[in-house]
Amino acid sequence: MIRLDAVTKSFTSRQGAAPALHGIDLSVGEGEIFGIIGASGAGKSTLVRLINLLERPTSGDVSIAGRRVTDLTGRDLHALRRSIGMVFQHFNLLSGRTVARNVAYPLELAGQLTKAQIAEKVAALLARVGLSDHAGKYPRQLSGGQKQRVGIARALANDPKVLLCDEATSALDPQTTGQVLDLLQEINRDLGVTIVMITHEMEVIRRACDRVAVLEKGRVVEEGPVTSVFLHPAHPVTRALVREAEGDAALVATDAAPGLHLRLTFTGAGAHQPLLGRIARDFGVDFAILGGRVGHIRTTPFAQFSIALTGGNGSAAMTALRAAGVTVEVIEGAAPTFAPARVERQFHVV
Amino acid sequence: MWSDRINWADIGTALSQTLTMVGISLLLTVLIGLPLGILLFVTGKGQPFARPLGYGALSFVLNIIRSVPFIILLIVLMPVTVLITGTSLGIRGVIFPLVVGTAPFFARLVETALREVDRGVIEASLAMGASPIQTIFRAVLPEALPGLIAAVTVTAIVLVDYTAMSGAIGGGGLGDLAIRYGYHRFQTEIMLVCVVILILLVQLIQASGNSLVTRFTRR
Ligand SMILES: Nc1ncnc2c1ncn2[C@@H]1O[C@H](COP(=O)(O)OP(=O)(O)OP(=O)(O)O)[C@@H](O)[C@H]1O
Ligand SMILES: [Mg+2]
Repeated sequence: MIRLDAVTKSFTSRQGAAPALHGIDLSVGEGEIFGIIGASGAGKSTLVRLINLLERPTSGDVSIAGRRVTDLTGRDLHALRRSIGMVFQHFNLLSGRTVARNVAYPLELAGQLTKAQIAEKVAALLARVGLSDHAGKYPRQLSGGQKQRVGIARALANDPKVLLCDEATSALDPQTTGQVLDLLQEINRDLGVTIVMITHEMEVIRRACDRVAVLEKGRVVEEGPVTSVFLHPAHPVTRALVREAEGDAALVATDAAPGLHLRLTFTGAGAHQPLLGRIARDFGVDFAILGGRVGHIRTTPFAQFSIALTGGNGSAAMTALRAAGVTVEVIEGAAPTFAPARVERQFHVV
Repeated sequence: MWSDRINWADIGTALSQTLTMVGISLLLTVLIGLPLGILLFVTGKGQPFARPLGYGALSFVLNIIRSVPFIILLIVLMPVTVLITGTSLGIRGVIFPLVVGTAPFFARLVETALREVDRGVIEASLAMGASPIQTIFRAVLPEALPGLIAAVTVTAIVLVDYTAMSGAIGGGGLGDLAIRYGYHRFQTEIMLVCVVILILLVQLIQASGNSLVTRFTRR
């Protein structure tokens, strides 16, 4: 649906050209919720603004639905932008317009509907985001979550195929963040809209995204399905982001505990099987839990433990675990990083 | 009675002259200054049509006009005024210099008011497929409405001041009356009455401006 080919972007200032993005190759599938995560200044906003050409790439190409759009101008550019909705961190609503007239704004710009048709469409959009009762209010009379719902309704007004969200939940409290993420997923499911979601929080990626790219200093350092990037982060930046969201115990590498150190990852239905006890009995092994985390990635349940295996037939136990669909990684001995007591406290069940 | 020495009919005429001058020149100032202000805004740095050279040139000319004291502008412009309106006296003679004197000032206020508009709103409008012109007329100007009303208010008050000054060169109005009677004939009462009326006028303009600003501020 969206392709970036070797896209670079530099900003020229008095100090010279400052590269913000280096050779970005990305491809976002149709109907996907694609997350882009990175620290402040990594280039996330620049990247997402390239998609609707609010920024022009310095080199490389942008394609939407198989069409190269890099050089579009004038009417073609405006038409392209109408087919791509955008949601902003600070909502960017027109303060002088009511909620209903904010949602009507893109429809007025498109100029294809009559007043009555616009009113009808606005009512439907407000119903979708649950704001029917607030149509006549001004943005300043709304809470942050409500403002963002207006922003989402407005972004959907021209029936876009793609929705770009630049930190859409970063100005909201955790509960409201959850509601807005649920709404975006609902829109993705019901309307088949492809969503690109920018965030600096792994939590947002875990809850809402199918795939993710990790951006650092203008480069994609890791990319893949959220299930693999989140559970098996490879790049230090990704690991840091996961740790920030999940606590130190999530990725505990090794420990002073004796035995064979393994990281076991259960996903899907397997996350709920009473597997460990059975394996321990069958193969005469003991294990100590060094760290771990349990939760959901979108709707997929997962459980991940770092354990120290002692006694019995370790390698047979590993084979049996793998046969049961568990991902088993052997943790090579690194210096112990966390004390077990701390690790256990971090253990949590969602 | 002191008020017996005041010719109220004269004051009435002068007041209506002042109101006419302020009204007409305010209208013309807005008609000319608003597009200039928009032009300053859109050609300014970081805006959709940024044109450093055009902006610099326009800015330079407006600054020159603004740095000439109005009383001197009145005199310097006399020949041009006569060319345009056929006279440099009375209401007709004074409107041209009034507009020349205030339009650049108003244009600057417009530029400032437009710059106050949240950049995010402009970006959102562009992202929704609005052309830069649609963005300016449908998003920026409406969002700047309270600021623009405040700019008109301040300009109207400056015009009251300038019309009074133009009395010195025979422009008519309350200023003219005050100078003729108060200064040249030592009838201080008339001058006082004129000044009080001017004060009330300014207060009235400011109060109405403020209430309009409040009415249109939705932030
Ligand atoms: N218009 C611009 N002119 C010059 N430099 C810019 C411009 N926009 C962004 N940059 C620079 O590009 C880099 C990336 O900025 P960008 O806004 O994309 O980061 P970000 O990942 O979105 O950060 P944040 O999380 O703070 O929003 C930064 O170094 C920034 O200073
Ligand atoms: Mg950003």
